[in-house]
Amino acid sequence: MLPTSSVGRKLVMAATGQLMVLFIILHVLGNATIYFGLLNAYAAHLHALPPLVWSFRLGLIILFSFHIFYGIALTLENNAAKPQSYVMRNDLSATFAGRNMVWTGAVIGSFLIYHLLHFTVQVTNPALAAAKHMDTLGRPDVVRMVIKSFQDLGIASVYLLSMTALWLHLSHGIQSSFQTWGLNSEQSLPIIKRAGAFAAIVLFLAYIAVPVLIAMKIVR
Amino acid sequence: MNLTLYVWRQKGPKDAGRLVRYEAKDITPDMSFLEMLDVVNEGLVRNSDDPIAFDHDCREGICGMCALVINGIPQGPQKKTTICQLHMRHFKNGDTIYVEPLRARAFPVIRDLVVDRGSLDRIIQSGGYISTHTGGVPDGNAILVPKNDADKAMDAAECIGCGACVAACPNGSAMLFTAAKVTQLATLPQGRTEAARRVCVMTEEMLSQGFGNCGNHYECQAACPKGIKVQFIAKLNREFIKAKLT
Ligand code: HEM
Ligand code: SF4
Ligand code: FES
Repeated sequence: MLPTSSVGRKLVMAATGQLMVLFIILHVLGNATIYFGLLNAYAAHLHALPPLVWSFRLGLIILFSFHIFYGIALTLENNAAKPQSYVMRNDLSATFAGRNMVWTGAVIGSFLIYHLLHFTVQVTNPALAAAKHMDTLGRPDVVRMVIKSFQDLGIASVYLLSMTALWLHLSHGIQSSFQTWGLNSEQSLPIIKRAGAFAAIVLFLAYIAVPVLIAMKIVR
Repeated sequence: MNLTLYVWRQKGPKDAGRLVRYEAKDITPDMSFLEMLDVVNEGLVRNSDDPIAFDHDCREGICGMCALVINGIPQGPQKKTTICQLHMRHFKNGDTIYVEPLRARAFPVIRDLVVDRGSLDRIIQSGGYISTHTGGVPDGNAILVPKNDADKAMDAAECIGCGACVAACPNGSAMLFTAAKVTQLATLPQGRTEAARRVCVMTEEMLSQGFGNCGNHYECQAACPKGIKVQFIAKLNREFIKAKLT
Protein backbone atom coordinates (compact mmCIF):
# COMPACT_ATOMS: atom_id res chain seq x y z
CA MET A 1 0.00 0.00 0.00
CA LEU A 2 2.69 2.51 0.98
CA PRO A 3 4.76 3.56 -2.02
CA THR A 4 8.33 2.27 -2.24
CA SER A 5 9.10 3.43 -5.78
CA SER A 6 11.22 6.44 -6.56
CA VAL A 7 8.51 8.54 -8.19
CA GLY A 8 5.78 7.26 -5.84
CA ARG A 9 7.62 8.49 -2.79
CA LYS A 10 8.42 11.79 -4.48
CA LEU A 11 4.70 12.19 -5.19
CA VAL A 12 3.97 11.71 -1.48
CA MET A 13 6.55 14.45 -0.72
CA ALA A 14 4.96 16.75 -3.27
CA ALA A 15 1.37 16.11 -2.13
CA THR A 16 2.10 16.48 1.57
CA GLY A 17 4.34 19.49 0.89
CA GLN A 18 1.67 21.25 -1.14
CA LEU A 19 -1.04 20.55 1.44
CA MET A 20 1.23 21.91 4.16
CA VAL A 21 1.74 25.02 2.04
CA LEU A 22 -2.06 25.43 1.92
CA PHE A 23 -2.12 25.02 5.68
CA ILE A 24 0.54 27.66 6.31
CA ILE A 25 -1.37 30.06 4.03
CA LEU A 26 -4.49 29.55 6.18
CA HIS A 27 -2.40 29.88 9.33
CA VAL A 28 -0.84 33.20 8.29
CA LEU A 29 -4.29 34.57 7.44
CA GLY A 30 -5.33 33.59 10.95
CA ASN A 31 -2.29 35.41 12.35
CA ALA A 32 -3.36 38.56 10.54
CA THR A 33 -6.42 38.84 12.79
CA ILE A 34 -4.06 40.32 15.40
CA TYR A 35 -3.79 43.56 13.36
CA PHE A 36 -7.56 44.00 13.56
CA GLY A 37 -7.89 43.20 17.24
CA LEU A 38 -9.68 39.98 16.37
CA LEU A 39 -7.12 37.37 17.44
CA ASN A 40 -8.78 36.49 20.74
CA ALA A 41 -12.15 36.13 19.01
CA TYR A 42 -10.61 34.00 16.24
CA ALA A 43 -8.89 31.73 18.75
CA ALA A 44 -12.07 31.41 20.81
CA HIS A 45 -14.09 30.49 17.70
CA LEU A 46 -11.58 27.83 16.67
CA HIS A 47 -11.60 26.22 20.06
CA ALA A 48 -15.37 26.33 20.31
CA LEU A 49 -15.35 23.53 17.73
CA PRO A 50 -13.18 20.74 19.17
CA PRO A 51 -14.12 18.13 16.51
CA LEU A 52 -13.02 20.56 13.79
CA VAL A 53 -9.80 21.48 15.57
CA TRP A 54 -8.96 17.87 16.27
CA SER A 55 -9.68 16.55 12.80
CA PHE A 56 -7.52 19.37 11.42
CA ARG A 57 -4.74 18.48 13.84
CA LEU A 58 -4.98 14.80 12.98
CA GLY A 59 -4.74 15.63 9.27
CA LEU A 60 -1.67 17.77 9.88
CA ILE A 61 0.01 15.11 12.00
CA ILE A 62 -0.48 12.62 9.16
CA LEU A 63 0.87 15.08 6.57
CA PHE A 64 3.92 15.91 8.65
CA SER A 65 4.64 12.29 9.51
CA PHE A 66 4.62 11.15 5.88
CA HIS A 67 6.61 14.16 4.74
CA ILE A 68 9.28 13.73 7.40
CA PHE A 69 9.47 9.94 7.03
CA TYR A 70 9.90 9.95 3.25
CA GLY A 71 12.00 13.11 3.32
CA ILE A 72 14.57 11.44 5.54
CA ALA A 73 14.37 8.10 3.68
CA LEU A 74 14.92 9.76 0.29
CA THR A 75 17.75 11.93 1.58
CA LEU A 76 19.59 8.93 3.06
CA GLU A 77 19.22 7.06 -0.22
CA ASN A 78 20.33 10.05 -2.24
CA ASN A 79 23.39 10.65 -0.09
CA ALA A 80 24.33 6.98 -0.37
CA ALA A 81 24.04 7.22 -4.17
CA LYS A 82 26.68 9.98 -4.19
CA PRO A 83 29.31 8.75 -1.74
CA GLN A 84 32.12 10.89 -3.13
CA SER A 85 31.83 14.50 -4.20
CA TYR A 86 34.22 16.39 -6.46
CA VAL A 87 37.39 17.99 -5.18
CA MET A 88 36.40 20.94 -7.36
CA ARG A 89 32.61 21.19 -7.06
CA ASN A 90 30.79 23.51 -9.40
CA ASP A 91 27.00 23.85 -9.25
CA LEU A 92 25.40 25.10 -12.44
CA SER A 93 21.80 24.97 -11.29
CA ALA A 94 21.50 23.38 -7.84
CA THR A 95 20.96 25.93 -5.07
CA PHE A 96 21.91 26.11 -1.41
CA ALA A 97 18.21 25.80 -0.55
CA GLY A 98 17.74 22.76 -2.76
CA ARG A 99 20.80 20.99 -1.44
CA ASN A 100 19.82 21.53 2.19
CA MET A 101 16.15 20.56 2.18
CA VAL A 102 16.59 18.00 4.94
CA TRP A 103 18.38 20.53 7.20
CA THR A 104 15.91 23.35 6.68
CA GLY A 105 13.23 20.69 7.17
CA ALA A 106 14.84 19.64 10.45
CA VAL A 107 14.85 23.27 11.65
CA ILE A 108 11.16 23.60 10.72
CA GLY A 109 10.36 20.31 12.49
CA SER A 110 12.16 21.33 15.69
CA PHE A 111 10.57 24.75 15.55
CA LEU A 112 7.17 23.12 15.20
CA ILE A 113 7.63 21.25 18.47
CA TYR A 114 8.79 24.42 20.24
CA HIS A 115 5.97 26.45 18.70
CA LEU A 116 3.35 23.96 19.92
CA LEU A 117 4.84 23.92 23.42
CA HIS A 118 4.97 27.72 23.36
CA PHE A 119 1.55 28.74 22.03
CA THR A 120 -0.61 25.61 22.07
CA VAL A 121 0.38 23.68 25.21
CA GLN A 122 1.75 26.94 26.70
CA VAL A 123 4.38 25.40 28.92
CA THR A 124 7.58 27.19 27.83
CA ASN A 125 6.57 30.51 29.40
CA PRO A 126 3.90 29.62 31.99
CA ALA A 127 3.68 33.21 33.21
CA LEU A 128 2.38 34.28 29.79
CA ALA A 129 -0.06 31.39 29.21
CA ALA A 130 -3.28 32.64 27.65
CA ALA A 131 -5.19 29.86 29.39
CA LYS A 132 -4.47 31.59 32.71
CA HIS A 133 -5.23 35.18 31.65
CA MET A 134 -8.66 36.04 30.40
CA ASP A 135 -9.41 39.21 28.48
CA THR A 136 -12.27 41.52 29.46
CA LEU A 137 -14.75 39.27 27.61
CA GLY A 138 -13.56 36.23 29.56
CA ARG A 139 -11.72 34.67 26.59
CA PRO A 140 -8.14 33.36 26.87
CA ASP A 141 -5.96 36.40 26.19
CA VAL A 142 -3.93 35.17 23.21
CA VAL A 143 -2.96 38.69 22.20
CA ARG A 144 -1.29 39.34 25.55
CA MET A 145 0.59 36.02 25.30
CA VAL A 146 1.80 36.76 21.75
CA ILE A 147 2.83 40.35 22.45
CA LYS A 148 4.61 39.60 25.72
CA SER A 149 6.39 36.66 24.07
CA PHE A 150 7.77 38.60 21.14
CA GLN A 151 8.87 41.50 23.33
CA ASP A 152 11.45 38.94 24.41
CA LEU A 153 14.07 39.30 21.67
CA GLY A 154 15.30 35.75 22.26
CA ILE A 155 11.89 34.29 21.42
CA ALA A 156 11.45 36.67 18.49
CA SER A 157 14.83 35.58 17.06
CA VAL A 158 13.91 31.90 17.30
CA TYR A 159 10.82 32.62 15.21
CA LEU A 160 12.79 34.75 12.76
CA LEU A 161 15.46 32.07 12.22
CA SER A 162 12.89 29.31 11.88
CA MET A 163 10.93 31.27 9.30
CA THR A 164 14.18 31.79 7.37
CA ALA A 165 14.48 28.00 7.20
CA LEU A 166 10.87 27.80 5.97
CA TRP A 167 11.66 30.39 3.32
CA LEU A 168 14.65 28.40 2.06
CA HIS A 169 12.68 25.14 2.16
CA LEU A 170 9.83 26.58 0.11
CA SER A 171 12.05 28.53 -2.29
CA HIS A 172 13.12 25.12 -3.64
CA GLY A 173 10.12 23.08 -2.59
CA ILE A 174 7.28 24.89 -4.34
CA GLN A 175 8.73 24.72 -7.85
CA SER A 176 9.98 21.20 -7.14
CA SER A 177 6.51 19.95 -6.24
CA PHE A 178 5.13 21.09 -9.61
CA GLN A 179 7.90 19.25 -11.44
CA THR A 180 7.19 16.12 -9.39
CA TRP A 181 3.55 16.18 -10.49
CA GLY A 182 4.70 16.77 -14.05
CA LEU A 183 2.79 20.05 -14.03
CA ASN A 184 5.00 22.26 -16.18
CA SER A 185 6.46 22.78 -19.61
CA GLU A 186 9.62 24.28 -21.04
CA GLN A 187 7.87 27.67 -21.14
CA SER A 188 6.27 27.51 -17.71
CA LEU A 189 9.11 26.02 -15.64
CA PRO A 190 11.12 29.28 -15.41
CA ILE A 191 7.92 31.12 -14.46
CA ILE A 192 6.98 28.51 -11.84
CA LYS A 193 10.51 28.68 -10.43
CA ARG A 194 10.27 32.44 -10.01
CA ALA A 195 6.69 32.35 -8.73
CA GLY A 196 7.65 29.66 -6.18
CA ALA A 197 10.60 31.70 -4.93
CA PHE A 198 8.38 34.78 -4.77
CA ALA A 199 5.63 32.97 -2.86
CA ALA A 200 8.27 31.72 -0.40
CA ILE A 201 9.42 35.31 0.26
CA VAL A 202 5.85 36.57 0.63
CA LEU A 203 5.09 33.82 3.17
CA PHE A 204 8.35 34.54 4.99
CA LEU A 205 7.56 38.27 5.27
CA ALA A 206 3.96 37.60 6.28
CA TYR A 207 5.11 35.26 9.03
CA ILE A 208 7.90 37.38 10.46
CA ALA A 209 5.73 40.52 10.40
CA VAL A 210 4.06 39.69 13.73
CA PRO A 211 7.21 38.96 15.78
CA VAL A 212 9.23 41.73 14.10
CA LEU A 213 6.54 44.40 14.47
CA ILE A 214 6.06 43.44 18.11
CA ALA A 215 9.80 43.28 18.88
CA MET A 216 10.15 46.73 17.29
CA LYS A 217 7.24 47.89 19.50
CA ILE A 218 5.21 48.95 16.45
CA VAL A 219 2.44 46.52 17.36
CA ARG A 220 1.89 46.62 21.11
CA MET B 1 49.68 27.39 -24.36
CA ASN B 2 50.80 25.93 -21.04
CA LEU B 3 48.40 24.55 -18.46
CA THR B 4 48.50 23.07 -14.99
CA LEU B 5 46.38 19.95 -14.61
CA TYR B 6 45.21 18.22 -11.47
CA VAL B 7 44.15 14.78 -12.68
CA TRP B 8 42.48 12.05 -10.62
CA ARG B 9 44.78 9.01 -10.59
CA GLN B 10 43.50 5.74 -9.20
CA LYS B 11 45.21 2.41 -9.89
CA GLY B 12 42.05 0.33 -9.62
CA PRO B 13 38.61 0.03 -8.02
CA LYS B 14 40.12 -0.63 -4.56
CA ASP B 15 42.74 2.13 -4.64
CA ALA B 16 41.83 5.31 -2.73
CA GLY B 17 42.92 7.58 -5.58
CA ARG B 18 44.32 11.11 -5.48
CA LEU B 19 44.78 14.21 -7.59
CA VAL B 20 48.18 14.44 -9.27
CA ARG B 21 49.61 17.61 -10.72
CA TYR B 22 50.85 17.67 -14.32
CA GLU B 23 52.16 20.47 -16.52
CA ALA B 24 50.69 20.38 -20.02
CA LYS B 25 53.19 22.24 -22.22
CA ASP B 26 52.98 23.46 -25.82
CA ILE B 27 49.27 22.80 -26.22
CA THR B 28 47.72 24.39 -29.30
CA PRO B 29 44.26 25.98 -29.09
CA ASP B 30 43.02 23.75 -31.92
CA MET B 31 43.53 20.55 -29.97
CA SER B 32 40.53 18.90 -28.39
CA PHE B 33 40.64 18.24 -24.66
CA LEU B 34 41.33 14.55 -25.35
CA GLU B 35 44.17 15.42 -27.73
CA MET B 36 45.63 17.57 -24.97
CA LEU B 37 45.47 14.54 -22.65
CA ASP B 38 47.09 12.46 -25.44
CA VAL B 39 50.01 14.91 -25.46
CA VAL B 40 50.36 14.70 -21.67
CA ASN B 41 50.26 10.90 -21.91
CA GLU B 42 53.00 10.84 -24.54
CA GLY B 43 55.18 12.73 -22.09
CA LEU B 44 54.32 10.27 -19.31
CA VAL B 45 55.09 7.26 -21.51
CA ARG B 46 58.42 8.80 -22.53
CA ASN B 47 59.30 8.95 -18.83
CA SER B 48 58.10 5.35 -18.39
CA ASP B 49 55.21 6.57 -16.23
CA ASP B 50 51.69 5.13 -16.44
CA PRO B 51 49.60 7.14 -18.89
CA ILE B 52 46.32 8.64 -17.64
CA ALA B 53 43.49 6.23 -18.45
CA PHE B 54 40.39 7.87 -19.97
CA ASP B 55 37.48 6.58 -22.03
CA HIS B 56 36.84 7.63 -25.61
CA ASP B 57 35.65 6.13 -28.85
CA CYS B 58 34.13 8.18 -31.67
CA ARG B 59 35.78 11.50 -30.81
CA GLU B 60 33.00 13.17 -32.74
CA GLY B 61 30.43 13.74 -30.02
CA ILE B 62 28.07 10.86 -30.73
CA CYS B 63 29.05 7.87 -28.60
CA GLY B 64 29.14 9.36 -25.11
CA MET B 65 32.24 7.45 -23.97
CA CYS B 66 34.47 10.44 -23.28
CA ALA B 67 32.46 11.97 -20.41
CA LEU B 68 34.64 13.18 -17.55
CA VAL B 69 34.50 16.11 -15.17
CA ILE B 70 36.40 19.34 -15.80
CA ASN B 71 36.53 21.88 -12.96
CA GLY B 72 33.48 20.24 -11.38
CA ILE B 73 31.39 20.22 -14.57
CA PRO B 74 30.59 16.86 -16.20
CA GLN B 75 31.23 17.10 -19.96
CA GLY B 76 33.15 20.30 -19.32
CA PRO B 77 32.39 24.01 -19.31
CA GLN B 78 31.26 24.30 -22.93
CA LYS B 79 27.45 23.99 -23.11
CA LYS B 80 25.98 21.11 -25.14
CA THR B 81 29.46 19.83 -25.99
CA THR B 82 31.11 16.50 -25.24
CA ILE B 83 34.68 16.43 -23.93
CA CYS B 84 36.01 15.17 -27.29
CA GLN B 85 34.43 18.18 -29.00
CA LEU B 86 35.69 20.67 -26.42
CA HIS B 87 38.65 22.58 -27.82
CA MET B 88 41.52 24.05 -25.90
CA ARG B 89 40.76 27.53 -27.26
CA HIS B 90 38.09 27.72 -24.56
CA PHE B 91 40.89 27.77 -21.98
CA LYS B 92 43.50 30.44 -21.34
CA ASN B 93 47.26 30.06 -21.21
CA GLY B 94 48.24 29.43 -17.58
CA ASP B 95 44.84 28.00 -16.55
CA THR B 96 44.64 25.39 -13.81
CA ILE B 97 42.26 22.58 -14.72
CA TYR B 98 40.86 19.89 -12.42
CA VAL B 99 40.02 16.62 -14.18
CA GLU B 100 38.00 14.07 -12.22
CA PRO B 101 35.99 10.97 -13.13
CA LEU B 102 32.18 10.91 -13.23
CA ARG B 103 31.15 10.34 -9.63
CA ALA B 104 28.20 8.24 -8.44
CA ARG B 105 27.87 5.02 -6.49
CA ALA B 106 26.45 3.40 -9.64
CA PHE B 107 29.60 4.39 -11.59
CA PRO B 108 32.51 2.65 -9.84
CA VAL B 109 35.93 3.85 -10.95
CA ILE B 110 37.82 1.23 -12.95
CA ARG B 111 41.02 3.23 -13.33
CA ASP B 112 41.87 6.95 -13.27
CA LEU B 113 39.12 8.67 -15.26
CA VAL B 114 37.46 5.48 -16.51
CA VAL B 115 34.23 4.47 -14.77
CA ASP B 116 31.91 1.52 -15.28
CA ARG B 117 28.63 2.82 -16.70
CA GLY B 118 27.09 -0.65 -17.17
CA SER B 119 24.38 0.37 -14.71
CA LEU B 120 22.87 2.60 -17.43
CA ASP B 121 22.77 -0.37 -19.82
CA ARG B 122 20.93 -2.38 -17.18
CA ILE B 123 18.28 0.33 -16.87
CA ILE B 124 17.75 0.09 -20.65
CA GLN B 125 17.71 -3.72 -20.49
CA SER B 126 14.95 -3.60 -17.88
CA GLY B 127 12.45 -1.87 -20.17
CA GLY B 128 13.99 0.55 -22.64
CA TYR B 129 12.77 -1.34 -25.69
CA ILE B 130 9.60 -2.37 -27.52
CA SER B 131 8.77 -6.03 -27.94
CA THR B 132 6.69 -6.08 -31.11
CA HIS B 133 7.82 -8.35 -33.92
CA THR B 134 8.76 -5.96 -36.66
CA GLY B 135 9.05 -8.52 -39.47
CA GLY B 136 10.32 -7.24 -42.80
CA VAL B 137 10.89 -3.60 -43.66
CA PRO B 138 7.52 -1.94 -42.99
CA ASP B 139 6.00 0.72 -45.18
CA GLY B 140 7.30 4.02 -43.82
CA ASN B 141 3.80 5.49 -43.87
CA ALA B 142 1.96 2.48 -42.44
CA ILE B 143 1.86 4.01 -38.98
CA LEU B 144 1.26 7.73 -39.04
CA VAL B 145 3.08 9.74 -36.39
CA PRO B 146 2.14 13.39 -35.85
CA LYS B 147 5.06 15.69 -36.59
CA ASN B 148 5.13 17.12 -33.05
CA ASP B 149 5.32 13.65 -31.54
CA ALA B 150 8.03 12.59 -33.95
CA ASP B 151 10.06 15.69 -33.10
CA LYS B 152 9.64 15.14 -29.37
CA ALA B 153 10.67 11.50 -29.63
CA MET B 154 13.69 12.46 -31.71
CA ASP B 155 14.74 15.13 -29.17
CA ALA B 156 14.55 12.50 -26.44
CA ALA B 157 16.40 9.98 -28.59
CA GLU B 158 19.37 12.34 -28.76
CA CYS B 159 20.64 11.00 -25.43
CA ILE B 160 23.99 9.30 -25.97
CA GLY B 161 24.07 7.59 -22.58
CA CYS B 162 27.19 9.39 -21.45
CA GLY B 163 26.18 9.61 -17.77
CA ALA B 164 27.04 13.29 -17.33
CA CYS B 165 23.56 13.84 -15.91
CA VAL B 166 24.22 11.24 -13.19
CA ALA B 167 27.62 12.73 -12.42
CA ALA B 168 26.15 16.23 -12.19
CA CYS B 169 23.25 15.22 -9.96
CA PRO B 170 23.83 15.85 -6.23
CA ASN B 171 21.77 12.68 -5.65
CA GLY B 172 23.52 10.52 -8.26
CA SER B 173 20.14 10.01 -9.92
CA ALA B 174 19.73 8.74 -13.48
CA MET B 175 16.33 10.34 -13.96
CA LEU B 176 17.27 12.43 -17.01
CA PHE B 177 18.73 9.42 -18.81
CA THR B 178 15.76 7.22 -17.86
CA ALA B 179 13.25 9.96 -18.69
CA ALA B 180 14.77 10.44 -22.15
CA LYS B 181 14.21 6.78 -23.03
CA VAL B 182 10.75 6.67 -21.40
CA THR B 183 9.70 9.78 -23.33
CA GLN B 184 11.16 8.64 -26.63
CA LEU B 185 9.26 5.34 -26.54
CA ALA B 186 6.05 6.57 -24.88
CA THR B 187 5.63 9.32 -27.47
CA LEU B 188 5.62 6.92 -30.45
CA PRO B 189 2.71 4.58 -31.21
CA GLN B 190 5.02 1.56 -31.32
CA GLY B 191 6.20 2.20 -27.77
CA ARG B 192 2.88 3.30 -26.31
CA THR B 193 1.50 -0.20 -25.57
CA GLU B 194 4.23 -1.00 -23.05
CA ALA B 195 4.54 2.54 -21.67
CA ALA B 196 2.98 1.81 -18.26
CA ARG B 197 5.11 -1.23 -17.51
CA ARG B 198 8.22 0.46 -18.89
CA VAL B 199 8.13 3.55 -16.68
CA CYS B 200 7.64 1.41 -13.57
CA VAL B 201 10.37 -1.16 -14.23
CA MET B 202 12.93 1.35 -15.50
CA THR B 203 12.61 3.62 -12.47
CA GLU B 204 12.66 0.54 -10.23
CA GLU B 205 15.83 -0.71 -11.92
CA MET B 206 17.35 2.76 -11.51
CA LEU B 207 17.07 2.40 -7.72
CA SER B 208 18.29 -1.22 -7.76
CA GLN B 209 21.38 -0.13 -9.65
CA GLY B 210 22.26 2.25 -6.82
CA PHE B 211 21.20 5.56 -8.38
CA GLY B 212 19.44 8.13 -6.20
CA ASN B 213 16.07 9.86 -6.54
CA CYS B 214 15.46 13.05 -8.46
CA GLY B 215 15.61 16.18 -6.27
CA ASN B 216 14.55 18.56 -9.06
CA HIS B 217 17.83 20.46 -8.90
CA TYR B 218 18.14 20.42 -12.72
CA GLU B 219 21.94 20.03 -12.64
CA CYS B 220 21.51 17.20 -15.17
CA GLN B 221 20.03 19.46 -17.82
CA ALA B 222 22.79 22.02 -17.30
CA ALA B 223 25.47 19.36 -17.86
CA CYS B 224 23.87 17.32 -20.65
CA PRO B 225 25.88 17.59 -23.89
CA LYS B 226 22.77 16.82 -25.95
CA GLY B 227 20.37 19.35 -24.47
CA ILE B 228 18.04 16.72 -22.96
CA LYS B 229 15.43 18.71 -21.04
CA VAL B 230 14.08 18.18 -17.53
CA GLN B 231 10.60 18.39 -19.08
CA PHE B 232 11.22 14.76 -20.00
CA ILE B 233 11.45 14.02 -16.28
CA ALA B 234 8.10 15.79 -15.80
CA LYS B 235 6.81 13.60 -18.64
CA LEU B 236 8.19 10.48 -16.92
CA ASN B 237 6.39 11.53 -13.73
CA ARG B 238 3.12 11.95 -15.66
CA GLU B 239 3.62 8.55 -17.28
CA PHE B 240 4.16 7.07 -13.82
CA ILE B 241 0.95 8.63 -12.46
CA LYS B 242 -0.92 7.40 -15.54
CA ALA B 243 0.50 3.91 -15.05
CA LYS B 244 -0.67 3.82 -11.44
CA LEU B 245 -4.14 5.14 -12.25
CA THR B 246 -4.87 2.67 -15.03
C1 HEM C 1 8.75 19.22 9.43
C2 HEM C 1 9.91 19.02 8.94
C3 HEM C 1 10.19 18.89 7.47
C4 HEM C 1 11.14 18.08 6.94
C5 HEM C 1 12.09 17.16 7.72
C6 HEM C 1 11.11 18.23 5.51
C7 HEM C 1 11.96 17.60 4.62
C8 HEM C 1 11.90 17.70 3.26
C9 HEM C 1 12.83 17.10 2.35
C10 HEM C 1 14.05 16.27 2.74
C11 HEM C 1 12.42 17.41 1.08
C12 HEM C 1 13.11 17.01 -0.22
C13 HEM C 1 12.62 15.68 -0.67
C14 HEM C 1 13.34 15.23 -1.92
O1 HEM C 1 12.93 15.61 -3.00
O2 HEM C 1 14.31 14.50 -1.82
C15 HEM C 1 11.24 18.21 1.19
C16 HEM C 1 10.51 18.70 0.12
C17 HEM C 1 9.44 19.56 0.24
N1 HEM C 1 8.94 20.09 1.41
FE1 HEM C 1 9.51 19.61 3.28
N2 HEM C 1 10.14 19.13 5.17
C18 HEM C 1 9.54 19.57 6.35
C19 HEM C 1 8.53 20.51 6.46
C20 HEM C 1 7.88 21.11 5.39
C21 HEM C 1 6.83 22.09 5.52
C22 HEM C 1 6.28 22.65 6.83
C23 HEM C 1 6.44 22.39 4.23
C24 HEM C 1 5.38 23.34 3.74
C25 HEM C 1 4.88 24.29 4.40
C26 HEM C 1 7.24 21.62 3.33
C27 HEM C 1 7.13 21.66 1.97
C28 HEM C 1 7.89 20.93 1.08
C29 HEM C 1 7.70 20.92 -0.35
C30 HEM C 1 6.65 21.70 -1.15
C31 HEM C 1 8.67 20.05 -0.88
C32 HEM C 1 8.91 19.70 -2.34
C33 HEM C 1 8.34 18.35 -2.70
C34 HEM C 1 8.85 17.88 -4.04
O3 HEM C 1 10.04 17.89 -4.28
O4 HEM C 1 8.03 17.47 -4.87
N3 HEM C 1 8.11 20.85 4.06
N4 HEM C 1 10.93 18.39 2.53
S1 SF4 D 1 20.60 12.67 -20.69
FE1 SF4 D 1 22.33 13.87 -21.51
S2 SF4 D 1 23.86 13.79 -19.87
FE2 SF4 D 1 22.41 12.14 -19.46
S3 SF4 D 1 23.26 10.31 -20.43
FE3 SF4 D 1 21.88 11.26 -21.95
S4 SF4 D 1 23.20 12.62 -23.16
FE4 SF4 D 1 24.37 12.11 -21.31
S1 FES E 1 34.39 10.11 -27.72
FE1 FES E 1 32.37 9.69 -28.51
S2 FES E 1 31.25 11.37 -27.70
FE2 FES E 1 33.26 11.87 -27.11
